Amino acid sequence: MTSARDRILSRLKSAPRRTMPERPDWAAPRYGEGRMTQFRAMLEAAHADVREVSAAEWPELLRAILAGKGVDQVLFAPATAAGRKLAEAWATGEAPRLVPYDRPIEEMKPVLVHEVQAAVTTARSGIAQTGSLVLWPTPDEPRLMSLLPPIHVVLVDKARIVDSLADTMATEAWAGGMPTNAVLVSGPSKTADIEQTLAYGVHGPKELIVLVIGEAA
Amino acid sequence: MAVEARTSDFGGKARVALNDPKLRANFRRAMDGLMSKRAAQFSDKEEWTALRARGAAVRARALARLPELLEQLEAKLTANGVTVHWAETTAEANAVVLEILQKAGARRVIKGKSMVTEEMHLNAHLEANGIRAVESDLGEYIIQLAGQAPSHIVMPCIHMNKVEIAELFAARIEGQPYTENVDELTAAARKALRDRFADADAGISGVNFAVAETGTLVLIENEGNGRLSTTLPPLHIAVTGIEKVLEKLDDVAPLLSLLPRSATGQVVTTYVNMISGPRKPGEKDGPKEVHLVLLDNGRSRVFCDTELADTLRCIRCAACMNHCPVYTRVGGHTYSFTYPGPIGKILTPQIEGLDCAGDQPHASTLCGACAEVCPVQIPIPDLLARLRTEAVHPTSIAVKGGGSGRSLAESLGWGGWTALYSSPLIYRISTRLLGLFGNLMPACTPMLREWTRIRSKPKFAAKSLHELARERGFSNDER
Repeated sequence: MTSARDRILSRLKSAPRRTMPERPDWAAPRYGEGRMTQFRAMLEAAHADVREVSAAEWPELLRAILAGKGVDQVLFAPATAAGRKLAEAWATGEAPRLVPYDRPIEEMKPVLVHEVQAAVTTARSGIAQTGSLVLWPTPDEPRLMSLLPPIHVVLVDKARIVDSLADTMATEAWAGGMPTNAVLVSGPSKTADIEQTLAYGVHGPKELIVLVIGEAA
Repeated sequence: MAVEARTSDFGGKARVALNDPKLRANFRRAMDGLMSKRAAQFSDKEEWTALRARGAAVRARALARLPELLEQLEAKLTANGVTVHWAETTAEANAVVLEILQKAGARRVIKGKSMVTEEMHLNAHLEANGIRAVESDLGEYIIQLAGQAPSHIVMPCIHMNKVEIAELFAARIEGQPYTENVDELTAAARKALRDRFADADAGISGVNFAVAETGTLVLIENEGNGRLSTTLPPLHIAVTGIEKVLEKLDDVAPLLSLLPRSATGQVVTTYVNMISGPRKPGEKDGPKEVHLVLLDNGRSRVFCDTELADTLRCIRCAACMNHCPVYTRVGGHTYSFTYPGPIGKILTPQIEGLDCAGDQPHASTLCGACAEVCPVQIPIPDLLARLRTEAVHPTSIAVKGGGSGRSLAESLGWGGWTALYSSPLIYRISTRLLGLFGNLMPACTPMLREWTRIRSKPKFAAKSLHELARERGFSNDER
C-alpha cells in the first residue's frame, strides 16, 4: 500500500522537468546616514511611539512614560541584562510592580492574559526600510511577552538598526540556525477588516513603545 | 457554516449581485481604496519591475524543484521536531487534522486565517465531530458569526458594511450594545475572543511560505491573532497547499516586500511570524507539539502541465481580484468556490474540474489587469484562454473535466466558420448572400439571438470588401 506522500511525490516527479530561472538582480534599498530617520518615520507612520534615549537613562524615561499611562503592573524578563537593569532602577522610588516571566505559560496564563498592562522586551535589531523590530525570543525572554499585554515596550540598540530584512538575514546568516520562533514587529496590533477603517489593539498590543538606545542625546 | 455549491452558476449569481446596490457600493468603496493604496506603494516603476522579476523567479525556481524541496522541507521540519503529514484530498486532510486533535484530546480550537482550511471546509468537519473551531481573524470571526463564507481571500468580510456588522454583533455577542463605532466593534471582538485564545486546546493556522532550507513556516498578519493561535495553545496545526514551499530563507525577503504591498498597500504587515519548531526544553511558552499538513487537492495534477503550473506560483495577495473589472462589480460570493476573482477563475476549474466550474474562465473580459498587477507574473489571461480551449477540446486530458464544455451545435458552427474562411468561393458566395439577405434575418434567429439579446443587430453592408475593391480597380492576383 502506498501512502498519500508517495503518491503525491511520484505524481510531481513524473511531471516534465522544467528549467530553473536564475534569480535576477534585485537589491533592497540603502539609507546610509538617513537610516534612523527612515526607521523612526516608518514606525511612527504605523502608530508606534519612538524615543531615543541613552543606555543610562531609559529606565527613568520608561518609568515616566508608564506613569503617564497609569500602568501599575509590568511584565519583565528577570534574567536578561535589560531586565536586571530595570529591576535595579525601579527598586527605589514609585514605580509599577515588576512581574517576572519566570515560569512556564501554563502557570502564568491568567497573569499574562488578563492582568499585566505592559511588558518590556529587547529587540535583536531594527529594520529601517519597513520600521520593523526583530524579536528573537529566548528561554529568558519568552514569545508571549510581546503579544499578550496591551502595551509592548521594546528596547533596540541604535547601532543595530540595519537597512533591510534582506540585509540582516544575509549579514547575520539567519539560514545557519533559526530559533523556535523569530518575529518582525512593525507597529501595534491593528485591523482594517471593518470598512477598511484602521483600529488598533485587536488581539495583540494596542500600543508599541520603542526605546532606541544610543549615546546621550 | 455555509457549505458551498459543487457547481458554479456564475451567470445567475452575477445577475443577482449586479442588482444589489448595497453590495456593489461596499465592493466599489473597498476596491477603490485597495487599488490606490497599492499604486502608491509601487510608484517607482524601476523598483517594481526588478522586485517583481525577482519574486516571479523565486517562485518559479521553487516550483521547478518542487518534489525535492518538499522532501527537504519534511526532513528539516522533522529534524526541528515538527510532525509532517501529507493529504491527497481535502477529506484526507480533514481526517488528519481531526485525528491529531482527537489524539491530543482537544475540544476547543482557535483558528488563524487560512484559505486552505476554507478549501477543506474544516470547521464544518470538526463541528460534526464535536470540536468547536472559533475563527479569530476579525474578518473571519465576523463571517463565522454571520454563517457565511469569505468573499475575498485577504479581507473576508469586505462585502459587509459597518451597519451590517453592528447589527450582527448586537444580535450575536452577549451583552454587546448596537454601535457603528469601529473601535468599539473591534474592542468587542477582542473581548469576546480573549478567553477563546486562553481556553483553546489547539491552534490551527495557514502558512504563507514554507522554507525548505531551514524548515521554517512564515505567517504574516496584522492583528496578532495568528501569533496567538500559534503560540498560546499547547498544540499547533499548520495547514498548507504543497505549492507554498520556497528554496532559501533569503527568498522570503523579496516576497515579503511584494505580498503586503500588493495586498493592502502596506509596506509590511504588523507581524511576520517565523516558526521553526515546537517549544524546546527550557522555553516557557510556545506549543509543545507542532504539525504541518501538506494538502495536494489537485495541485500535483496542475503541476504536470508546464503552462498551467504557473497557477501555482500564486502568493495569495488578491491584487488580481482587487483590480478585476468583473470581481469588483459582482463580489466574491458570485464565484461559488473558495477562491474568487482571476486567480479563482484559473485555479477552481483545475481543482474542481471544468465540468463543474467551466463557466469561470469565461467570467472575464481578458483585459489583462490581473496579469499587470500580479507580483509573481502569472499570465492569468493566457491561462484563462488555455482553459477555455481545454474545456472544448475533444481529447483534452490536461485538466480535470477537459472536453466537457464541447457542444455539437458550437462545433458545427465553428466548423462552418472555418470552411467559410478557408475557401474563397464559399466565402464570396456567403458574403454576397449576407449582403443581399442578411438584414432580413430576424434578431431572434438561433445563435444570432445570443448576440442580439443585449446588443443591437449588426447591419450587413450591401457590398463586400472584395466588391468595393474590385470597383475601385484593384484586382486579385490569382496567378
